[in-house]
Amino acid sequence: MAKGASIKLDHVGISFGDAHIVSNVNLDIRPGEFICLLGPSGCGKSTLLNAIAGFLPVAGTISVGADRVSKPGLDRGVVFQSAEVLFPWLTIRENVEYGLRLAGVPAKERREKADHFIGLVGLAHAADRFPKQLSGGMRQRAQIARVLINEPSVVLMDEPFGALDAQTREVLQGELDRIWRETGCTIVFVTHDIWEALLLADRVVVMTAGPSAGIKTIEKIDLPHPRDQGSAECLELFRRLRDDIGEEVKRALVQQGLKKEEPVT
Amino acid sequence: MTDATQGTMMKRFPFNLRLGPELSKILIGVASVICGVLLWHIASLYTSPLFLPSPVSVGQTALEMASDGSLFLAIGASAWRIGAGWALGVILGVPLGLFMGRFAVVRLIVDPYIEFFRFIPPIAFVTLAVIWLGPGEITKIALIFYTTIFIVTLNTIAGVNAVNPLRLQAARSMGAGKLAEMTTVIFPSAVPFMLTGARIAMGNSFLTVVSAEIVSAQTGLGAMIWTARNFGRTDWVFVGIISLGILGYLFDRAFRLATQRWFKRFLF
Repeated sequence: MAKGASIKLDHVGISFGDAHIVSNVNLDIRPGEFICLLGPSGCGKSTLLNAIAGFLPVAGTISVGADRVSKPGLDRGVVFQSAEVLFPWLTIRENVEYGLRLAGVPAKERREKADHFIGLVGLAHAADRFPKQLSGGMRQRAQIARVLINEPSVVLMDEPFGALDAQTREVLQGELDRIWRETGCTIVFVTHDIWEALLLADRVVVMTAGPSAGIKTIEKIDLPHPRDQGSAECLELFRRLRDDIGEEVKRALVQQGLKKEEPVT
Repeated sequence: MTDATQGTMMKRFPFNLRLGPELSKILIGVASVICGVLLWHIASLYTSPLFLPSPVSVGQTALEMASDGSLFLAIGASAWRIGAGWALGVILGVPLGLFMGRFAVVRLIVDPYIEFFRFIPPIAFVTLAVIWLGPGEITKIALIFYTTIFIVTLNTIAGVNAVNPLRLQAARSMGAGKLAEMTTVIFPSAVPFMLTGARIAMGNSFLTVVSAEIVSAQTGLGAMIWTARNFGRTDWVFVGIISLGILGYLFDRAFRLATQRWFKRFLF
């Protein structure tokens, strides 16, 4: 299994035309670290993730391991929020085999590996079904297997559990924690759910409201897994993160004209 | 429809018929056709055979034409032209649509022609087609090809444009290059659009074949309908029209069955 790679963001900026979405982001991510990007909606967390994936041109440099990111690559797997990205004309097994098929891996080896990763995400019973025959949670499991089979050193996840019901989300958070430990890959995980970040992350990166979003604070979550969300440390961290994000949400609302500026006291 | 609503429909069925829902639907259709033919028969009693031949005489004529083989020759000629022109149009329209949808340059080059020609019905080209291609089979096939390729191309372009961009991103992040994107994401995504285009084009091919055969053919159902005029045989016209309807139905059925058989996984 490929070990996690480090990620280095050096003065990264992302613009669409004149609109500066993200400006001057510097971040060092250790190999095998679990990082959560947290911030108000629309702040540019997903944009930053897409940049690491190589989908967007950036100012500054993004490096994964020793390599500078310029385009998408098999070293960086991407799990999307929408399970629509599964190919509906392929069965779950065929979806999972996709990357290996492109790489020209022989059918027998492909199948063995696919079965391994389908088992890892708990979908062995559904391998021959089509995505539309699966629940939302099962589809996200399939997406994760389809990414892991390529043995990426980095997995980029864009609110992968955002569209799921609370119970399913909780189960999958637990499974992701286990899978992360088994594979040792580096994970960058975008979410707007503070509890989710607290449950999963080694470090939580709080972003400022856009435009020109940047890093506001970085919280280290130095708690053993599995984490107890009711513990005093967790609650303390939750309050701190909530206040940090709250400020940014307020700023975003003011910028959007939805809220009047409050006098600074 | 849910089982419950089907159940209530069954209960309202006249004469308390206790048949399966499928069978009763078919029976309603059959009963409707029988009623239509009866009405036709009654109407024919009050008019001359030249104005409206009775269903019985049309049936007899059809039997005669079937027994001397002329009916099947006509159906065969039309079916062959439709099949050949349509198939060619689909085979070339799909890649053309894929390229036009994918590459802006190709689109820009071909677009003015498409926008211009799409409003010109194939029948407007019959004269030119005869002058350029002669009076033979190729003329009729070319006209059906023309009518088909537009519809298939435009639908395929729509299919390419409707591809979920996230699916392309996902494919790229799993190692897909330009070619693999086309074959493993764009093509399968666009299949439902292509099939819709091909099916609409099938209907238009029937319109075209009759027009073309009326203007320039000795064989085929269109020619048969047109020749009837010279002999005052309204019953031939009816035989031709009914054959066209049945042929169209069979083509559409065959197309749908083939679609279900070979493209089922793409019809999401």
